[in-house]
Amino acid sequence: MKGMAFSKRNYLEILRDPLNLIFGAGFPIVLLLLLTAIQAHVPVALFELRRLAPGIAVFGLSFMTLFSATLVAKDRASSFLPRLYTTPLTAGDFILGYLLPVLPISAAQSVICYGAAVLLGLKVTVHIIASVLFALPAALLFVSLGLLCGSVFTDKQVGGVCGALLTNLTAWLSGVWFDLKLVGGAFERIAHLLPFFHAVEAQRAALSGDYPAAFSHLGWVSAYAALATAAAVLAFLRQMRSR
Amino acid sequence: MEAIKTVALTKRYKDLTAVDGLNLTVRQGELLSLLGVNGAGKTTTVKLLTGLTRPTSGEAFLNGKSILTEAAAVKAMIAVSPQETAVAPNLTVRENLELIAGVHGISKADAKDKIAELGGRFGLGELANKKAGKLSGGWQRRLSIAMALVSDPQILFLDEPTLGLDVLARGELWELIRALKGKMTVILTTHYMEEAEALSDRVAILKSGRLLLTGAPAELKRRAGTDKFDEAFVRIVKGGQP
Repeated sequence: MKGMAFSKRNYLEILRDPLNLIFGAGFPIVLLLLLTAIQAHVPVALFELRRLAPGIAVFGLSFMTLFSATLVAKDRASSFLPRLYTTPLTAGDFILGYLLPVLPISAAQSVICYGAAVLLGLKVTVHIIASVLFALPAALLFVSLGLLCGSVFTDKQVGGVCGALLTNLTAWLSGVWFDLKLVGGAFERIAHLLPFFHAVEAQRAALSGDYPAAFSHLGWVSAYAALATAAAVLAFLRQMRSR
Repeated sequence: MEAIKTVALTKRYKDLTAVDGLNLTVRQGELLSLLGVNGAGKTTTVKLLTGLTRPTSGEAFLNGKSILTEAAAVKAMIAVSPQETAVAPNLTVRENLELIAGVHGISKADAKDKIAELGGRFGLGELANKKAGKLSGGWQRRLSIAMALVSDPQILFLDEPTLGLDVLARGELWELIRALKGKMTVILTTHYMEEAEALSDRVAILKSGRLLLTGAPAELKRRAGTDKFDEAFVRIVKGGQP
């Protein structure tokens, strides 16, 4: 119950920030609309909804890192977090309190993204539900990266690291905007070693009903999510104890 | 029984000794002000007693519980209103109070009663649904202190509670703090001499991390040979001893 009170606070803080709503829900929908409109006017398959929607869903999740990191870094910079350190909340309450509330927000964002894609013409199948579920490990990855960055960087630094660097890495190395084979070479090999490409491909495979392929990609994402969560826990505990 | 007892409490940061062998006793229900110029060790002392930082050496007991070995029990009995206003800006006044009730494990029914009582006492009732970030500095400070009282703490730490407030807001907060006397032990840090004189049962004067003197404001004035409290403070700090 004690940890739940803190989780609820973090959930409300994120949802009540208008910028979070704009970037979390509005921006992915705008991208979907824009790229679908472009697709309607070009003769080749550049941004087909069945490939675009999973990509935008993962790209949208990268903003969860920014939201989570900003919240943690701002709390650290103010007297709010030290105040809570003097209460009976445990280290576990703090870590779960920052991680858990962002997961339903991430799931809601994926639902909004696929819902918008359906309105734009994506065929409604049961696989859409699977795609949303397959996004959860990626959501944990991005939220944990947020806790990690928020524990290490200042609230000004997280804007650059999470808002600019990570979202761009996610965009370019995931194959959302272009087929990575078009670039090939080291770029493609590096992209295949990182989780962003696999996060998108897991959802694309799930959406097309190819679950063996989806699980194969999900293994990569889950391993990265586990690493990111462990690193986030260690970083948070370190800053907590350094006081 | 002593509410607080420190035994050679010391905190060193590399070359700096922020608190140096502090031996201090605070009685239950007493309001004690920690006074000192910048860097005297007031805030570090509060951080040590509230578990925000660990001592380099020494020990402290809060109502008999060790800050080193019984930290959870200590945290259950204390509350802190930090120097900076510490509220969740996107939460309403009521939600901020509910948050603190929640992290202390207070039941919803009890929390509702307590929040209604504090809302009335601090004049926050009409602002219950207003976001804390939209309140003025004085009202945020009121909320911050009200949040510290939700859990009915046995020991309350008020770190510079009226810093930056105008005369009217400061006077109103003084009344609220005065009303707490006798109901709980209060440790107040302040730079304002008139605040310490008006509110304190006793004052502890720190300099460079060391305790120079403790006593009631009138006693300190007498020992410094002046009838002005701020002058007594200056004489004591400059002289090292009265």
